[in-house]
Formats: sequence, structure tokens, C-alpha cells
Amino acid sequence: MTVSVQAEDFDVGAEISALSAGRHEVGAVATFVGLVRDVSGGSSVGAMTLEHYPGMTEKSLEEIVEQACARWSLYGVRVIHRFGRLEPGDRIVFVGVAGAHRGETFAACEFIMDYLKTRAPFWKLEETPAGARWVDARDSDDSAAARWEQSSR
Amino acid sequence: MTVKILYFASLKDALGCTEESFVLPSGVSTVGELRSFLADRGEKWKALGEGRNVRAARNQRMAAPADPVLPGDEIAFFPPVTGG
Repeated sequence: MTVSVQAEDFDVGAEISALSAGRHEVGAVATFVGLVRDVSGGSSVGAMTLEHYPGMTEKSLEEIVEQACARWSLYGVRVIHRFGRLEPGDRIVFVGVAGAHRGETFAACEFIMDYLKTRAPFWKLEETPAGARWVDARDSDDSAAARWEQSSR
Repeated sequence: MTVKILYFASLKDALGCTEESFVLPSGVSTVGELRSFLADRGEKWKALGEGRNVRAARNQRMAAPADPVLPGDEIAFFPPVTGG
């Protein structure tokens, strides 16, 4: 199971262990964990609700993982993205990449997050003192994803 | 000649619509043409109009305006994604 889209929280330690369990060719595991922040755009955020497009979400994440595996030599990848209502401090997303060395695992982990940010159909609705508001996409996310188009690595 | 259309996030709120079954009118054969047709249905549907930042998917893959729309397709419209 490479990709999971779920309401439930996940165990970071267990996921990291699973990426190298019984695989002694793994020399590096790079991970990213995204968390809900209590501030956004200058206002406080009490909670957020993540909406997604069931079906397309899983497909798009699987496609991103496939692209990463085509680009770098990896031994294992794990992506977990939550949906539903989350509060500050809650985990949103986990990306874990196992490989032989740090170079490809750092790069692949960043690549997966950059592509996920612009291609996976999730949307954040923030609860602020002024009411609920949908988060706008950021141009910096597009440019972060675009730089992978220009460089071969 | 029917397609299923889905709307998400702020677009869903603006339209007051999550999902509809839509009979393709003649002259609508691409994702872009479908979007234009829907945008002309009334005031609130201008949220799909030109100049609005709307993305589309056809059969659960990101789609370009020139991509074809065929009977039985699942077409989705939504704002730029903000996950992660």
C-alpha cells in the first residue's frame, strides 16, 4: 500500500520503520510531515476542513509516486494525506521515501510534495474569527513544481 | 449523450451545486466549450466564466480546455488545489 487518503491520523514512527523493514539495501529514508498551523494570512485559524475528490485523489497521488519512481532509483514510497476537519498541530500529510543514499531520497521527497501541492485535488477551508474561508492557491507552489520540469534532477 | 459534472470547494459553494447529470447540447464537444456553456446559464454560473481561476478534470485526470467531452464522461470543475 503506497498511497492512503484517510480521515484518521497516522503513526510517523511506524511508517518510517515500515519503509525499511526487512530491506537492508535501504540506506536512507527521507520524510516530510505537513501540519495544520494556527495562523494563516495574518489571521488566526481555529481549524480547517480538507475537502478532496474521491477517486481522482488516489489516482493523482499514485501517478506522482510513479513519476518519482521513474526519475530516481527508490526502494519504497509512502504517501498519506488526510481529509476532514483538522485542528492546529494535527498532521495533514506524510511523505516517506526509501533509497540507497540521501541524495535521491531528499530530492524525491521534495518532488512528491511539490507535485502534490499543485496536482492532487485537495482544498482547504479555514475557520477564522471572521468566518470560514477557502485557502487560495499560491503562485510559489506552481513555481516550486515547475522547477522539476526544467531540471532533469 | 449525458455526462456527470462535479463541482468542488469554493466553486461548489458559489454554484450551490455538488453534482449534476447534464445532457450535452450540440456544439459542446470539449471541456472548454462545456465550461463556457455552463458559465452562460445564469448569474451565479459566471463563477465558471472566462478569467476565473477554474481547473477541470476529465474522468479523474487533469484536463485542458481542448480535451474532448464524450457521453458517459465524468467532468469536474474546481479552483486550483490547496492540499499538502
